[in-house]
Amino acid sequence: MLLKRGAEAELYLDTRYGRKVVVKKRVRKGYRIRELDEEIRSYRTSHEAVMMHKAKECGVPTPVIFLVDLVDKSIVMEYVGDVRLKDVLDSLPEEERRRILVEVGRMIGAMHSNGLIHGDLTTSNIILDEGRIYFIDFGLSEVSEELEKRGVDLHLMRRALESTHHLRSDEYFREVLLGYSEVVGEQETKRVLSKIEEIAKRGRYVSER
Amino acid sequence: MSSSLDARRLKEGYCLGIESTADDFAVGIVSFDGEILANVISAYSPEKGGIHPREAARHHANVAAKVIGEALERAGLKAKDLSIVAFAQGPGLGPCLRTGATAARALASYLKIPLVGVNHCIAHIEIGRKVCKVSDPVTLYVSGGNTIVTAFAGDRYRVFGETLDIAIGNCLDTFAREVGLTQKGGVPLGAMIENLAKKGKRFIPLPYTVKGMDLSFSGLLTRATQLFKDGGYRLEDLCFSLQEVAFSMLTEVTERAVAHTEKREVLLTGGVAANRRLQDMLRVMTEERGAEMYVVPKQYALDNGVMIAWTGILRYRYKGALSLSESGIRPKWRVDEVDVPWRRGERSDAS
Repeated sequence: MLLKRGAEAELYLDTRYGRKVVVKKRVRKGYRIRELDEEIRSYRTSHEAVMMHKAKECGVPTPVIFLVDLVDKSIVMEYVGDVRLKDVLDSLPEEERRRILVEVGRMIGAMHSNGLIHGDLTTSNIILDEGRIYFIDFGLSEVSEELEKRGVDLHLMRRALESTHHLRSDEYFREVLLGYSEVVGEQETKRVLSKIEEIAKRGRYVSER
Repeated sequence: MSSSLDARRLKEGYCLGIESTADDFAVGIVSFDGEILANVISAYSPEKGGIHPREAARHHANVAAKVIGEALERAGLKAKDLSIVAFAQGPGLGPCLRTGATAARALASYLKIPLVGVNHCIAHIEIGRKVCKVSDPVTLYVSGGNTIVTAFAGDRYRVFGETLDIAIGNCLDTFAREVGLTQKGGVPLGAMIENLAKKGKRFIPLPYTVKGMDLSFSGLLTRATQLFKDGGYRLEDLCFSLQEVAFSMLTEVTERAVAHTEKREVLLTGGVAANRRLQDMLRVMTEERGAEMYVVPKQYALDNGVMIAWTGILRYRYKGALSLSESGIRPKWRVDEVDVPWRRGERSDAS
């Protein structure tokens, strides 16, 4: 059963090994020439599996991986429900929302302090299952110690909050930072924050550059 | 401001729009009911290299009166028939913007009619929506100075992706100049790359840089240039590979925005919109997603005054005129800073 058709992959709900699984299949994109398409899909599939494992090492919950198929460009993984944070965030009770956003911040902090950059932090890529959060979609993740990369990662999170939860995005981002600084420390958070400001200003046509 | 919102004038009247954000000085005239009456462009073409802002501004100042006069003539109007004057207030090159703003201020104050400031990127979207009859698209705006994926969400145009460094048009033009192509016979450098790319056979891997929703072209440009200078590669193959990688990146980011916003239309505009390969890629992508793709016709996709005049009318209806003190240029004005009251009330969430 097709669960979701994302931008680059299709998610199917299936039953294998006697349990519910999600099959994430990176589909061929007709607009790309075959060589480039093959390369991008293979790379992102194997890479995503590695990065999901790396996230677990940081203490960040991600679905369990059962199979990585590089011919089919698919990953078979544990089904953790289909409630995206994006869909429920605005309607959660305030206290619960705050708890979750702070937790999201902590998890990002845990990844960053272990040199893992998620690369596509949005509230669509966080699944909520009985109060527990799972990070998914590590297709653009990378390992890096660079401050720049951590800055871009959080900058993207802020941008995603602005475009999806625009009415309260400032408040949401503050909560995320609260959790982030619990893990990485105030000093480090300040460094990343000033990097974010720099990155935001680097975007073309920003006033007060 | 109250007199400027005179109801009679909103039904009947003409807006003259001045565009001067970069290398073109352009004037358009549009009637309040949306009829396009004139579209005159004077391009500044440097003998070599890219646009020098001061030289471009000098060109604009030299041709301003002539272009405005020609637009009025084409529209069959006299200056006194105009009801409002709109100008591109930003974003763009400072000296160029200043020349257009000065011309607009002078014209408005001489005629004693309202002056309206317009955001150049918003104008591209609005004229595209008008001429392609598209209501709520994800817009990919690609030119020498801009690379932006934007869509209406909540109460304004939000940015769903943009370049973190250089614009795609700049990337292609710079590569063309680096490999020794020169503009001749009015064929733009981008079109030369496109033609060479058609003869490309072999794909040469180049850096593909998508960071979440955003893009980066500087590494791609550097690598492609370096490979050419190292030798051993056909220019046709490099042009082909450069286009394939760059346009795949653009299409991927646009597809992400379509998937994220769940909108059903994609609007392609800007100077690079003329590239057939880019059009093809977006067409295939939208077909695969069950969406529609629209390409803004060239005369309205390149920088033009019509889009400024039309957006000026939209803006004037809701915001009235600019005072002289508000009429300063805004070289770094972002689309997501602009209030778009004419789309207020549309239920459009980015979810």
